[in-house]
Amino acid sequence: MNEQLTTAERRKERIDRGIKVRTEGIYAVSSWQEVTYLVLPRLILIAGLLLLPLVIPSLYWKRVVSIAGIYALLALGFDFLAHFVGLVSLGGAFFIGVGGYTAAILDKSLGLSPALTIPMAAVGGAFICTLLLFPALPLRGVYFAIVTLMYPLALMRIIEALNIFGGTDGILGVSSFPNRWIEQYCIIFTVIFALFGLRRLVNEDIGLVFRGVKDNDQAVRASGLSITLYKAIAVFIASGLGSLGGAYLSHIYMWSGISQFALDFSVIPIAATVIGGGGTLVGPVLGCFFLVPISEWLREFGTLRIVFYSVILMAFIMFRSEGVMVYAQRKYHQFERWVKV
Amino acid sequence: MDILIYGIINSFSLALMAIGFTLVYGISRLPNFAHGALYVITGFLVWSLINLLKLNYVLSIILALVIMGLVGAAIYRFVLIRVRGMATSEIIATYALGLAILEFLRWGGFKGMTYTLPVFIEGSVTIGGIPVDFQRIIVIGIGIIVISFMWLFTHFNKTGLAFRGMAQDEHAAMMLGIDSDWMAVIAMAMGSILAGLSAIALLPLGNIVVEAGYNVLILSIAVCIVGGLGSWIGAIIASFMIGFLQIITVAYIQSHFQMVVALLAIIVTLILKPSGLFGRQKELEERV
Repeated sequence: MNEQLTTAERRKERIDRGIKVRTEGIYAVSSWQEVTYLVLPRLILIAGLLLLPLVIPSLYWKRVVSIAGIYALLALGFDFLAHFVGLVSLGGAFFIGVGGYTAAILDKSLGLSPALTIPMAAVGGAFICTLLLFPALPLRGVYFAIVTLMYPLALMRIIEALNIFGGTDGILGVSSFPNRWIEQYCIIFTVIFALFGLRRLVNEDIGLVFRGVKDNDQAVRASGLSITLYKAIAVFIASGLGSLGGAYLSHIYMWSGISQFALDFSVIPIAATVIGGGGTLVGPVLGCFFLVPISEWLREFGTLRIVFYSVILMAFIMFRSEGVMVYAQRKYHQFERWVKV
Repeated sequence: MDILIYGIINSFSLALMAIGFTLVYGISRLPNFAHGALYVITGFLVWSLINLLKLNYVLSIILALVIMGLVGAAIYRFVLIRVRGMATSEIIATYALGLAILEFLRWGGFKGMTYTLPVFIEGSVTIGGIPVDFQRIIVIGIGIIVISFMWLFTHFNKTGLAFRGMAQDEHAAMMLGIDSDWMAVIAMAMGSILAGLSAIALLPLGNIVVEAGYNVLILSIAVCIVGGLGSWIGAIIASFMIGFLQIITVAYIQSHFQMVVALLAIIVTLILKPSGLFGRQKELEERV
C-alpha cells in the first residue's frame, strides 16, 4: 500500500496470528509446527539459562551470573506483587537482608550446611517479613510503598544503633558452597523453577483472586474472601523468593552485613521489571540478566552506574512503560497491517 | 530547658523540610521522592555560586532559589506530566530522579567535609543559660515566616485559593476553569523553592553531604505521614511531635536512635491510623 495515505485514511490493524489461536487448545499437539511455536521460546530461555555457566569463561563473570540470578528472584517477587496483587514494594533490600541474616545466624550458631540453611532461611525469612509487613497489608499504593521503603532503612539503623548481629562489621565466616558448579546451577534452577511456578500460580484459581485483589478488592471481599489473607500469601511468596536470594548471597560472599539492606537491592529489580516488561514475569528475569552485568561492567565508574540505571528507568517509564517483553510478545503473537478506513 | 529550646529549633527545621513535600502532595497528589535531592542540589548550587562564580551570598541565594523553581517546573513539565495518575510510575519516576541526582553529585566528588555554607550572622546568644547561635534562631524565624506566608497565600491569593480547590477536588476545580496541569507546575516549582529555602536555612549548621538528601526525604515523609499526607496543619503539628521526640531520644537514650524514631513514627502511624493525624483522605479509600 502506498505510504502517502495519512492516518485519516488508513489505520493499523492488529490481529492474532492464526497459529496463536490454533495453539490455544489441546489440538496444539496435532502438528510439529504448533508444538514448536509453543515450546521454542520457553526452550530457548531454559537452555540459555542452563548454558550460561558453561559458556562464561572467567570466574569473575560467573559470580556475576549468580548475582544476576539473585536479582532475578527479587525482580520476580516485585513483578508478582506489583502486577498481579497490586502491592508496590520498594523493599527488595528488606527481603534480601532478612534472608541473609537468617542464613548467616543459622550457619554460625547451629553450624548447618548451606543445603539446610538456604531453605530454612527462605521459609523463615518469608515468615519474618510477612509478620513484619502484616500490619501494613491493608495499605495500598503509595502508603505500602513507603512502609516497604522504610523497613530496610529502619532495620539497618537499628542494627547499627543496637550493635547486634555483629553491628557494622556484619557476620563473618559464613560457610560457602562445596564448589562453584553447585553454586551456579542451584540459583539457575531456582530461578527457572520460580519463574514457571509463578506463571502457573497466577493462572490458577488463586491467581484470579490475586488479580481481583488488585483490580477490585471490594468484589473479592463481597465474595466472602479475606483480602488481607490473600495479600499475606502473596507477600509470603515474594518475600520467600527474596529471602532465598539473600541467604544465597550470604553463602556466596561468606558474609552477611548491613549492606544487604542497601538500596541497590530495591532499585535494580524495579528497573529490570520496568525495562523487561511488567506483568510478564519472564521480562524481569531477562531484565536482570541484562542489567546486572551492565552494572558490574560500569563498576569502575563508581556511583555513576546508579545514575545510569536511574536514568534508563526514568526513560523507560516515561516513553516505553510497557517494557521490552510485552512488545516482543505482541510481535510474536500478533501481526499488524494497514487497512483503509 | 535545653530540651525545650533545641526541641523547638528541631521542630522548625523539620517543618521547613516537610512543607515543600506536603505542598506538592496536597495539591497534585504527587509523592515527590526527589525532594531530598532538590534539598541537596540547592546547597551545592549556592556553594558553587559563591565559590566558583564569586557572587555575593544574598545574590547567590536568590539566584539559586529562582533556578530551583525552574528546575521544579521543568521536572513536572517534562517528566511527571507523563506519568501523572499512575501511582506506581509516579513513585518510581520521582524516586529514580532523586537517586540519579544524588548519586551524580556523589560521583562528581561532592562528599566529605569540605563543602560548607557560611552562617548568616556569626555569634550566639544565651537563652535561659543555654547558648544558641544566631543561625538557629534564624531557622525559627524563617520557619515562622514560611508557615505564615503559606497560610496567607492559600487564604487570600487567587493562585493559593486555586491550590486549595485542586487539593479538595481536582475535577470540580477543572470545571471552574482552573488549569490543573499549570497549577501542578506552579506547585512543583514552589515545592522545589521551599526545599531550597530549607536547605539554605539549615545547611550552614553543618556540612553539605549527599547523605543528607536521603535523611531529608525520610524526615519529610515521616512528618507528612504522621500529620496526614497533604495536610499542612497536620504537618506542622507532626513536626513538633517528631522534633521533640528526637531531641528527647538524643538526650536520654542515644543519638543513633534519632533516625530510628522517625522511621518508627512512619511505620506506627501507617499501621494504626494510615490517614495520619489530620489526613483528609477517607480511611476507607486507603484502608480496605
